[in-house]
Amino acid sequence: MLEVENLSVRVDEKDVIHDIDLLLSPGELVVLVGPNGSGKSSLLRTIAGDPRYKVVSGRILLDGEDITRLPPDERARKGLFLAFQTPPEFDGVTLATVLLRAAGRERDPKAFSELVQAASRVGLDPSYISRPLNKGFSGGEKKRSELLQALFLNKKYVLLDEIDSGVDVDGLKQIAAIINDLVSAEKGVLLVSHNPALLQMISPNRVYVLRDGRIERSGGPEVLEDVLKAGFYD
Amino acid sequence: MIDPSIVREISEAHNEPDWMLKIRLNALELYNRLPEPKWIHGVEGLNVEDLILYKDPGVRPATSWEELPEDIRRLYERLNLPEYEKEYLAGLSTSLDSETIYSRVLEPLREKGVILEPMHDAVLNYPDLVRKYFSRIFPPAEHKYSALHYALWSGGVFLYVPPGVKLDLPIEAFFYISTELEGQFEHTLIVADRGSEVHFIEGCSAPRFRKFSFHDGAVEIYAAENAYVKFTTVQNWSKNIINFNNKRAIAERNAFVEWVEGSIGAKTSIVYPSVVLRGEGARTTMNVFSLSHGPYVKDGGAKIFHVAPNTRSTVVSKSVSSDGGVNIYRGLVRILKGAKNAFSHVSCDSLILDGESEASTYPHAQVDEPTAVFTHEATTVRFSEDQLFYLQSRGLNEEEAKGLAVLGFIQDILRGLPLEYASVLREVLNADFSGGVG
Repeated sequence: MLEVENLSVRVDEKDVIHDIDLLLSPGELVVLVGPNGSGKSSLLRTIAGDPRYKVVSGRILLDGEDITRLPPDERARKGLFLAFQTPPEFDGVTLATVLLRAAGRERDPKAFSELVQAASRVGLDPSYISRPLNKGFSGGEKKRSELLQALFLNKKYVLLDEIDSGVDVDGLKQIAAIINDLVSAEKGVLLVSHNPALLQMISPNRVYVLRDGRIERSGGPEVLEDVLKAGFYD
Repeated sequence: MIDPSIVREISEAHNEPDWMLKIRLNALELYNRLPEPKWIHGVEGLNVEDLILYKDPGVRPATSWEELPEDIRRLYERLNLPEYEKEYLAGLSTSLDSETIYSRVLEPLREKGVILEPMHDAVLNYPDLVRKYFSRIFPPAEHKYSALHYALWSGGVFLYVPPGVKLDLPIEAFFYISTELEGQFEHTLIVADRGSEVHFIEGCSAPRFRKFSFHDGAVEIYAAENAYVKFTTVQNWSKNIINFNNKRAIAERNAFVEWVEGSIGAKTSIVYPSVVLRGEGARTTMNVFSLSHGPYVKDGGAKIFHVAPNTRSTVVSKSVSSDGGVNIYRGLVRILKGAKNAFSHVSCDSLILDGESEASTYPHAQVDEPTAVFTHEATTVRFSEDQLFYLQSRGLNEEEAKGLAVLGFIQDILRGLPLEYASVLREVLNADFSGGVG
């Protein structure tokens, strides 16, 4: 289980998260909604270990182990994956190079064909595997590349930060199906989204509504229905 | 001051003819007279007089590994050279301290007239050929340390490729410094005759010493009409070598000189390969890569002289600075009046991996020919916190992430290297970044 306990976070001298508690179990889909600047991305980045986000109080537990002070790569190795809202671009370093190295599978002959499969699963042309990572990818292609990485790296807890922006309706269906697959494969999925179209396609176990860095409301799928009915904040 | 008796001793030990002794003594006089160059830094603490200026490895030059004493053979076996030679090279020469102790070229090439010999042997065996070029390409008077080189030179290799002979496999010269406070002054002379083709690789290594050693070598290349010479250096000296290298090529009509300079190791490195495009239509490309990882200074660049019409030059410099490292690019392009339609393009890209490291570029061009074109571009890329966090969140540690960024940045240069060297360079970089500073 991923447990966020009483977490407060500061970035650039600004408090962005206040006393947040959150739970994510394997096989669960948890949705995080809230207006822009409510702290959704900050929370995900803090969980993944972005060093610019300073934990002021509280802690993060991964399967019972306190990971609050661990560097991002150790958190990843213990079972966390974060799909970025805006993935950075790299010159000369291919998607395959990064993923095969990260998975420790550079000499595994099966790994490359798994990458190709993952690419077609997320609707990305397999040639992208051998292109510099995210370089010149369109918005939608970057999102698909993030999902590909989530599938290939196969971590126990998958954090998806607005994985749906810049994606058309068919793409959204594909993303929803992948999220459902991840949940069926006993992954814990924490989804940040603004997109009513995607949110209508999925059935979360729990929903948290964030505002000004605090949890305003939490509960079951009915919370999401209320939010969708009331219309989005922005 | 260095006493002429040392110079005479080195000369006598090699039974040198008078003309060579004269070159040495004239150079020594220049050394003692010339001021310390103003542009040099990072050599504080270097006192040339304290160095062992000539270190005889005590081994007769051999043309087979079996002839070498066992401990020395083992040293090279550890460096994997004999096997590498068998698979990838047309010829190999190895230097230990002040002497070349092994050199061999494939038999069919020898029969075609290809000469690969220790420099000292070549002075005795091919005096006319050597004398025609030796010290005429890189003049002793260039600066204090080139003068010092010519006064004290020992070791190194002479390569001659006869007209029209094209070598499919590279020739390698490998240099090894075995003790601290040693000066190595090897001299390499490559003469590629009309229409010939050769790729020459220079590799360097030294164990880690407590004190530094000083390397003040020279490379002279003569590319005759229509010749093609590719010269590749992968400099991986240990981090207490002060590396000074005097390198110059002359390219005659339609000759092509390709230069790949990879500077990985050394405490301080001061290397500016230069090419004189002397014949009409001569051209050169220079790919210079420099890594400064830790509190080290890399001072490098390229110098090109366009003397004749329709000459072309391209310089691509890539530097990586991290953990407080400093890279300085100093380039010079001179296009002389009369070098009609000469074209030169220089690009300098710097990758800076953190806030403590620096890179600066000083490209200088002097164009005296109105029909010539000179273009220059420079970029500086900083490896961002977000890029680092992104790769780390995939499970790569900080060093692996930076190593990947470096490899990505220099991939064009890796492509220009022989496959084996590209993989060696990759391993060196990976080891360098995973091992932390130093």
